[in-house]
Amino acid sequence: MVTTLNPGSAKVGSQVGRSVPRLEGRDKVTGRAEYTHTMQVPGMVHAKLFRSTVAHGKIKSIDTSAAKKLPGVLHVVTVDDVMKVLASPYYGPAFHDQPILAHEKVRFVGEPVAAVIATDPHIADQAVQLITAEYEELPAVYDEVDALTSKVYVHDVLKPAGTFADLKHLKNAKDTNLALDYRLRRGDFDKVYAAAEHKFEHEFKTQKVLHLSFEPFACIADYKDTHVTLYDSSQGPSFVRTEIARLLGWPENKVRIKVPYLGSGYGSKLYIKLEALALALSMIARKPVKVAYTFEEMFYQITRHPSTFRIKSGVDKDGRIVARKCEVYWNGGAYADIGPRVTQKSGLTAAGPYDIDNVWIDSYALYTNVTPAGALRGFGVPQLVWAYEGHTDMMARALKMDPVEFRRKNIAREGRPHATGQMLKDSPVEPVMDKVLERMNWSQPFDKGSGTVKRGRGFAIANKAVISPTTSVAIVNVSADGSATLYCGTVDMGQGSDTAMAQMVGEVLNIPAESVRVTPRDTDVTPYDMGTLGSRSLFHMGHAVKRAAEDARDKLKALAKEVGEPEGSNIPIAELFQKRYGMQAGNVIGSGIYKPDYTPPAPGTGQSPNVTPFWMVAGAGAEVEVDTETGHVKITKLINVVDCGKAINPKSVETQISGAALMHLGFTMFEKMHIDGGQVTNASLADYKIPGFHDVPTVMENIYVEHDQSNGPFGAKGVGEVATFCVGPAIANAIDDAVGVRLMEMPLNAEAVYRALRIKQGKPLEDE
Amino acid sequence: MTAARTITFKLNGAPVTADVKPHHNLVELLQTHFGLTGARESCGQGLCGCCTVVVNGKAVSGCLYLALFVDGAEVTTVESLDTRDKLSPVQEAFVEASAFQCGYCTPGFIMMVTQLLDENPDPSDDQIRHYLTGNLCRCATYPEVMDAVKLAAKKRKAGATA
Repeated sequence: MVTTLNPGSAKVGSQVGRSVPRLEGRDKVTGRAEYTHTMQVPGMVHAKLFRSTVAHGKIKSIDTSAAKKLPGVLHVVTVDDVMKVLASPYYGPAFHDQPILAHEKVRFVGEPVAAVIATDPHIADQAVQLITAEYEELPAVYDEVDALTSKVYVHDVLKPAGTFADLKHLKNAKDTNLALDYRLRRGDFDKVYAAAEHKFEHEFKTQKVLHLSFEPFACIADYKDTHVTLYDSSQGPSFVRTEIARLLGWPENKVRIKVPYLGSGYGSKLYIKLEALALALSMIARKPVKVAYTFEEMFYQITRHPSTFRIKSGVDKDGRIVARKCEVYWNGGAYADIGPRVTQKSGLTAAGPYDIDNVWIDSYALYTNVTPAGALRGFGVPQLVWAYEGHTDMMARALKMDPVEFRRKNIAREGRPHATGQMLKDSPVEPVMDKVLERMNWSQPFDKGSGTVKRGRGFAIANKAVISPTTSVAIVNVSADGSATLYCGTVDMGQGSDTAMAQMVGEVLNIPAESVRVTPRDTDVTPYDMGTLGSRSLFHMGHAVKRAAEDARDKLKALAKEVGEPEGSNIPIAELFQKRYGMQAGNVIGSGIYKPDYTPPAPGTGQSPNVTPFWMVAGAGAEVEVDTETGHVKITKLINVVDCGKAINPKSVETQISGAALMHLGFTMFEKMHIDGGQVTNASLADYKIPGFHDVPTVMENIYVEHDQSNGPFGAKGVGEVATFCVGPAIANAIDDAVGVRLMEMPLNAEAVYRALRIKQGKPLEDE
Repeated sequence: MTAARTITFKLNGAPVTADVKPHHNLVELLQTHFGLTGARESCGQGLCGCCTVVVNGKAVSGCLYLALFVDGAEVTTVESLDTRDKLSPVQEAFVEASAFQCGYCTPGFIMMVTQLLDENPDPSDDQIRHYLTGNLCRCATYPEVMDAVKLAAKKRKAGATA
């Protein structure tokens, strides 16, 4: 292929808006795509972990003597050994609260207490079985609401990382489990609520669920005295580099993070997970050390936040919501991870996509003695929508109002202020809702079923503010033969970002996306990116990539001028380099940086004219059949609608909608980590069911509307999470429609539905 | 740890030999001795299908299949399906139907779908769903996989008559 400077009539056609097949497709279908978990580095040894069996306790002793004697064992490591190489062994994105190995105390069942390094992973495993530890057990706190007032404190002293301004006041805080108390105040909730015609108050809960990426966590650290390389299954190599450099007291340029493809992440592989441990072990072993989790171990790394959401609304006589109070408790587990950001960045949308003048939000990040919680595809928003869209439906029902008309009366439209005070723009909530209703044939009569099988339908709407402010940097390198290479830190973990970014480069340089090489992530050559999270990449990195490609294009034009080409010349790029350098030599390097404008929320009120650069908007509708004899719910139709701005790659957008919705269908209908006395009792795929082929609804439609995102690259915005928001409440609303019972806590499994039916019949079942 | 034993078997058509220990599973054997990482362990319980390998013409869960048991057997992995210039019809169909996201479970699906179409060249939706219940995809790419299986069936038929 010949690439030319000004193709004009030779235009290859629009790259944006085309369903370009995934660039890495061949590698993935042939089994040759590289993942950290299956990677081998010459000379590497293996580490396995000994984990806490108690939820909260002081470590009295750890006996590693038998493990050390096992042939093949190189080192048995406790935190004392770690502290000889890294004096302060604590890490974390929001708080430096998580020790590389348990230090003095253990704070959840499954916390790593010791590590064995051996020549063979089986020997390491066997040695772990020979370690024993004694603990002085302490009372533990598990529930997020209890944690706020409990006298059991998970941490003696809080240690904010210093990264986030709104955590500074928690420095050295004692006698608290509160890792952030976010507040939003708009208008006068108390006064208006007191005077409201109708008052509603509900409490919703969500359960503990987790990501379960099929490639479990893995990291190989190769420490040399002058530099360190980590091969890492990470969604955020730039953050890992910064944190590893901080732990070592080194400049960032001595720390290299290499990330191949990810066997997905869904938020689990963000910030820092195994990396600090792998680093310490490699420093001790003076060899490359691989830490690769088993499936079971994922239950002891990171989960989604369980939540309790107390929501109150005052409604006037015309059905307008005039006041709303949201109290949200986030169960953050033993270490804060990114929980405080979930608490704030999602907390600010807790009142929903509605136009309410008087809003009060309190959002609490709480430490408890369970596996830590962090980001999971939606960053807290699915838990919020679960509550506010159930609440909305319950109010409409109580007011005997049509749920569509009730929402229509209250939706916050373009040009109206959000609860944060930011004027809404590119937030097409009503068009998305209308598309859901159209695909549901909502205006048509609905068969409610008969006999023991009742039918119902429901829907929900939601919005989310993308996390802000964040920065992305990209480089586009045009080689002397005219081929282009993109260096960007967005991690392709299955969402198709490499392909979409290549399409943007192709669009600007007018070359086929398929010809653009996207380099695997390597912080030695890939520039900074805040992280592949929160649906931010297509927008933020998209801008950076577009700018980098434009910069390269401008430099090529300047080069043409320099070598005497006339204005508008369509010289092949390869000839341009030939003319300038006398042979196939040289490069043109374009770079681009993007960081959106942002105004921090005012402390105490959460008000800001510019809290987010874009809104994600979603709607979902569900039809269900409920078997009143068993409580079994069959989802016969699921309609998912999102606004994607502009679909850069339509097929990828549809797959993201479908995948997000189905994943959330699992969280809604059956997924739950069962915890007994702090112990996870179903830590395996045999006992923790996830969606399979038979769980796909009989009819499922995945639809996007394209409301141009006016400040987005090519009008686009991210769609990785948006279809997760509404699935849960849409199904719960449909169940209520079918059988008149309201479930306030997920999952909506047969037992929960049947118990609710029996309560409604006045014949409640005994508790388990 | 117990001593290793030498086994010989056919791997993707070629005779091979390896020293394996009694506790090694087939996935480990393929990865550590032969650099084949298409079959990969995820759940470790034979439930997710990521580790699917064909032994003597039948798909097995490589994470539960002890390596010693392939002594004398014929073992086929996903890496055998393509050539330098051509993907298998099933692989082509997965690319064209965009039937993968992260790709970790994909080789397992490809192996099972290949076996399905060998047994039943024209499966119904229901037969496809039932046959693939032992393959899970956490990215939930099931609708696209359904499309890919049908597309692969068409491709194989077209190939057979061509």
